[in-house]
Formats: sequence, C-alpha cells, structure tokens
Amino acid sequence: MTAIDPKFTALRGAVDMTHGAGGRAMADLIRDVFFKHLANDYLAQGNDGALLGKVGGRLVMATDAHVISPLFFPGGDIGALAVHGTINDVAMMGARPLWLSASFVLEEGFSLAALEKIVASMALAAREAGVPVVTGDTKVVEKGKGDGVFISTTGIGVLADETDVSGSNARPGNAILVSGTMGDHGVAILSKRENLEFETEIVSDSQPLHDLVAAMLACAPGVRVLRDPTRGGLSATLNEIAHQSKAGMVIREAAVPVKPEVSAACELLGLDPLNIANEGKLIAICDAADAEALLAAMQAHPKGRDAAIIGEVVVDARALVRMHTRLGGMRVVDWIAGEQLPRIC
Amino acid sequence: MKFVDEYRDQKLARTIAAAIAAEADPGRSYHFMEFCGGHTHAIFRYGVQDLMPENVHFVHGPGCPVCVLPVGRLDDAVELAERHGVILCTYGDMMRVPGTKQRSLIRAKADGADVRMVYSTLDALKIARENPDRQVVFFAIGFETTTPPTGVAIKVAAAEGLNNFSVFCNHVLTPAAIGHILDSPEVRGFGIVKIDGFLGPSHVSSVIGSQPYEFFAEEFQKPVVIAGFEPLDVMQSVLMLIRQVNEGRHEVENEYTRVVTQEGNLKAQALVNEVFELRKSFEWRGLGTVPYSALRIRDAYAGLDAEKRFELSVKVSKEVKSCECPSILRGVKKPTDCKLFGTVCTPQNPVGSCMVSSEGACAAYYSYSRFRDRKPADLEAVE
Amino acid sequence: MCLALPARVVELLDGDMAVVAFDTVKKRISLALVEDVAVDDFVLVHVGYALHKVSQEEAARTLEMMVEAGVLKDELEEISA
Repeated sequence: MTAIDPKFTALRGAVDMTHGAGGRAMADLIRDVFFKHLANDYLAQGNDGALLGKVGGRLVMATDAHVISPLFFPGGDIGALAVHGTINDVAMMGARPLWLSASFVLEEGFSLAALEKIVASMALAAREAGVPVVTGDTKVVEKGKGDGVFISTTGIGVLADETDVSGSNARPGNAILVSGTMGDHGVAILSKRENLEFETEIVSDSQPLHDLVAAMLACAPGVRVLRDPTRGGLSATLNEIAHQSKAGMVIREAAVPVKPEVSAACELLGLDPLNIANEGKLIAICDAADAEALLAAMQAHPKGRDAAIIGEVVVDARALVRMHTRLGGMRVVDWIAGEQLPRIC
Repeated sequence: MKFVDEYRDQKLARTIAAAIAAEADPGRSYHFMEFCGGHTHAIFRYGVQDLMPENVHFVHGPGCPVCVLPVGRLDDAVELAERHGVILCTYGDMMRVPGTKQRSLIRAKADGADVRMVYSTLDALKIARENPDRQVVFFAIGFETTTPPTGVAIKVAAAEGLNNFSVFCNHVLTPAAIGHILDSPEVRGFGIVKIDGFLGPSHVSSVIGSQPYEFFAEEFQKPVVIAGFEPLDVMQSVLMLIRQVNEGRHEVENEYTRVVTQEGNLKAQALVNEVFELRKSFEWRGLGTVPYSALRIRDAYAGLDAEKRFELSVKVSKEVKSCECPSILRGVKKPTDCKLFGTVCTPQNPVGSCMVSSEGACAAYYSYSRFRDRKPADLEAVE
Repeated sequence: MCLALPARVVELLDGDMAVVAFDTVKKRISLALVEDVAVDDFVLVHVGYALHKVSQEEAARTLEMMVEAGVLKDELEEISA
C-alpha cells in the first residue's frame, strides 16, 4: 500500500456504524471528508439531489461499480479510477461528460485517513477532468460485509446530433486503431498482488479520455466505434465488438503497442498482454478513408502519442478476431474465460 | 528480452520454413510428437503450423502435468482445503481444473476454503512462517522442471522445523510417460498413432539432461530432438528431425544447447534424489497406470508429507463418459474428434483438464485455432 | 510445460537468493539449485528458482545454425543488433 500522505492522518480512527446512521456523526463525516474535497456549486445546493439545468442535445448515462483491490496501486487509487472509468464510459458513447454522482459503501473499521485520501484523489481527478461530482451517498455496513470500500459512480453526458458511435457499427473494410500501449494497468496491479511481487516501474494508465475523444470526433465525426478495453483487455473488447457488429477482425501482433516492461512481466507470469486490463486507452473503428487522419489527430494529442492502426474489420460470419502473429503465422484472439491466472506450465 | 526475442524473429522463421519445405520429402508425411504442453502452447500461439508444409504434422503429447493429474488427486486437494481447513497453496494452473462433480479449487475458494495461488514454493514457505497456527499444504504438481523447487522447500522446512508445513506430492516423470506412449498398442502394435520422432521437452531437459532420451531413440528407433521453448527453436528442431528421418538416423540431438547439457543439472538431480523416491506405480489421467512414473516423499522427510499427515478419503475417480481427454492425451484423437468439444466443453465451462490448462490440446485448439477446421478456400477469402 | 525465462542476475543476496531482471522487471529468486553464479550471468528462471545458467556462446551458436538455413551473413548482423 502507498504510504498515506501525513496531511491526511489528522483524521484519526475508523468508520463505525454511526457514520451511516444519518445523524450528527454522518453529517460531520460528509462535511469533513466529502464536501471538504469535492466542493462545488452543485453540492453546495445542499439538497438530496442536484439541480442540473437544461441540456442541449441527447442525454447519455453510464454507471459503474468499483470493487478493485488493492485500493491504492502504482499510478492511482480507487477514487481516481472511479472518476476516470465513468467519464470514459460516457466518452465511449461519443458524448461529452457533464456530471458525476458517487455513492460509497464503507465497511465498519475502514480507516478514515484512507477514506479521505481516496476522496481527495477523486476530487482532484474530477477537477482535472472538468467533470464535477454533483451528488452522492454514503452507507456503512458491518465489518465483514464489505471489502473496505465499494464506490459506485454514474455519469451523464450530452451527445451531438451528428455522432453515431456504437459497438454494432463496425463494417468490413473499417480500420481498427488503439490509442496507446496495452496491458499497463493490469500489470501495475499484479505487481502489487500478494505472492506475485515483482519490481517494476510500470504504473497504471488510469486517465480520462474525453478530451482525446473530442479531438478525434473533431477530426473524424464519422467514427463508428469507440470502446475502452478494461477488464479482459483488448481481446475481450474486440470480440465484443465483433459479435455486436456480426463481423470478423484481423489484426497484426507487431502493430499492437506494448511496453517492453509489460511484455517482460507477462512473459514471467505466462500471461498475454492482449488479455490484460487497461484504464486509460481506447479502441476506435473508422472508415478506411479516415484512418490516417484519425491516427495523426490521436498521435498529436498527449493521450494518444503511441496510437497505432492495428488491423481491419473483415467479412466473417463466425465473428472471429484473428491475428497475424509476430512469427508470420495466424491465430485466433479469443475471449478468455474469467480472469487470466499466472501459470507455471 | 535477451535470449527470447531473437528466437521469435519473422525473417529467420521464413528462412527455416523454406529449409523445411525444401528438405521434407513430398513422397511421405512426417508426424512429430511434441511431448511438452509448453510446446503445444507455443505452436498454437505463434501459428507455427502455418509455416510448415502440408506433410508435416504435430501430434500433441501428454506433457501437461495439469492434464494428466488424475481426478482423484485433485479431489484430495479440494478435500484438504475444504474438510481439513488447511491453507492450500497452489500454482495458478490448478485453480480452475474441474474435479469430480465439477468441483474445482476456485469453486472451493468461493465457498470459503482458504485456497491461495502462489508463484513459487518460496511463497508457500512464507505463508507457513506467517501463519504458525494454521496447517499450510503445498499442492505440488509438475514434471522434472518443477520437482527440484519442491525439494528445496521440503529441505528448508525440515531445517527450520516449520512444523505446520507439508507437501501433497504429485510430481511425475517424463521418460516414463514417453516410454509408455511408445510402448502402447496404438503406437507399437497397430500403428494407429504414427510417431516418426519426438520434440523433447525444453526445461525438463535442462534438469535431467539429454542422456535419458538415448534409451528411447535406441529401443524404439525414433529420433529425439530436444527443442528450445521459442518458436524458432521448435522450427529448427523440426528441421533436425526431418533430416534424421530422411537419413534413417535415430539419435538424440540437442537444439537447446544454451540451457541443456548431456548430464543436466547434477545439483538439482542430487537434491531430488535426496528428498523423493519412485512410486511403484501411479495413475495418469488418460494413460492409465504407469509403473515407476511418479515420485513420493522419502521416509526421511515423512514429517512433511501431507498424505501421511492428513487422512484422506479413498476417491473413486469419475470421469465424464464422453470426455475424450484420455485419447487426446495419447495422441489417438484430436480435440475436434470429441463430441463435447466447443459445445458442452469450452474454456468458460471446461469438462476435462485438456480444456482448462492453457497448454492442454483442447484449450490451445479452441483458443487459437478454431477456424482451422474450415476448408483452405474459406481461409483465403478472408485474407 | 514449464514456463521458464532467461533473466540477468543483477544482485546477489544472502541465503542463496538473488535479484534478477527480465528486461527491466526485477524479481527475487532462489539460487539453491545452481552454483557459481555471478552478477551479469544469465539464468533460466522457473517458479522463482534459477534452474540453469544460460550459455551465451551456445545461444549465439544456435542462432547461427538457424541462419545457416539459407540467409546472408549481413542479415544476421541486422537481427542481433
């Protein structure tokens, strides 16, 4: 666990059942931890819900529950991850994220200092992304009934009329692009997992992508598919899209960007970077004619420097995702069953 | 990565592929068994068969310790975790293998058993030291590569007086398995399974050396090439096997000289001999009972033997009837010959161990090669 | 079977242990099964133990054997660079 910043250890003690009971202790917790860091005009309204105002355009909503362990990892924590994750879900619809809500389920005994660190991190992530947390909720469960803290976030965004992004839009001939290196987040998490410790400088790539998406849509408004390859990695996400669009895909192993460190860690554990989670990358599918321009727009953006065209959509009734291997052979890129476990064989 | 990437180079792959195509006799076919599951995995993962000519075939062997572990032994491990309340430490590979009634270690863990995945026996020892009030059992599996690390752990635990630690030993031996296959009626008698030569295991050989294979080459008149782990190693080894077959030789050759010597790792061998001894016989999933093919812990270290420390109920292994793992492990059938393949039995819902282990032939075939049952014309249409 | 990877020895530790590096990923492993290992040697690592030293001469010789299957010498230099 990352050492807790001393300015947060001012809060002594742990969460107890009174913090969820709706009385004075809860009000104090909300004021001293949540409002202190998340402060904005919406929260300042002080009501059970936030009045958001009128929106010009179609609404998009996305929701996530965050149950990650460990809570603090190289390059991030559950608070920032929650903000980035939901902003990205909205952005992958092609929409501009506007507001977030956050609800916390705290386990009795959870450290208040750790809670404040998470909330502060969440607040920073929201501020940097320009998407405020406008409403929230807190509950406390008995010890043993929660894993420290669970966070649920919901995001609302607005979609421009001309944007039509959907997993079912991929068509044969379309180009497939990724915004950067694959597998960073998953490897960062694994490096801290018990019984697997290895030393690496890999940090999670957790980051909001709505600004990159805006730049991409400005360049190629006809982008057909956007999706972030989180759990299950690139392989799961490509397979999802292939099934939704009822088309196949062929990608090139040599074209998929992977950091050498991530490659090495995966070799060590017998894992495949294509199956490993990312938290700050996206897949884009566009018409072949738009591919070069889109790639250039992505590479020009700080969050897309390592972007690459990795393959194309093809006719295939079986909706298989296949890959030209580094060696020159061909294999299927499968949807893995459950979490990929390190192997010795 | 040094000593890895060089052996995955595409240009070199084409070079070797061209040599194989030039030297493979179009008038015959070649069937080479890759004994080692790691080779099966590498072949599929890189698509090595795409670079082979039509008349060179790989026959997948039983060198997957996960695949050949009898269901009853897995049931024993599950019982240790569930009914004896131990901390059961296991390599990741075993977590999802279904035992009797589809009960796996991962299901037992979900139901509250303390099953912990470890990367090394070093981690299991650490868990034992940190939990002096709990019994910690290490579920040992694997061929000769994986046995010495278990041996070290047993010696360390004995020296430290780590009384809460014990090992459930399921280590098996490669030469015994190879001999059993070569001696089987399907190979020796009926010629149903045609094997023209063997790709010898990479890392087992780094421990046991190339010497143990000399017996097979001589007795069964089959060439053996000890092949490295990377795809170029596999291809170069195929080339060497083709040359031996063409020239009528049946020798043991070593392609993996950067890590394999004739004598192997004597220090590791001595340690294994000190801690383990041969079981008279051991049941292998698919191969049946094979004499002198597995190891148990010697009496000198009996105190660390989980089989002696815990009373385990007698298991009646019940395999699913239509599961063809036994035939697939012996190279008699292919995954696609199994009625359950891809329908009832998938990586998400595995019935037999060939589907669970990432080096099991069924898993490799399903994950990497499902499209190959189509006619070549279909493949071209999507290139 | 037997996933094993060559790694460079970066530091020797007490109790027959060492720190090795796979590219830039470092891990503590045991040297209990090998002998005469020095910093900068390469060893084959399996389940947290070094099983054998990797011979750099043999590695080069194996590559050359593969190249001899028909490619020009300058392409070999290109690959090993």
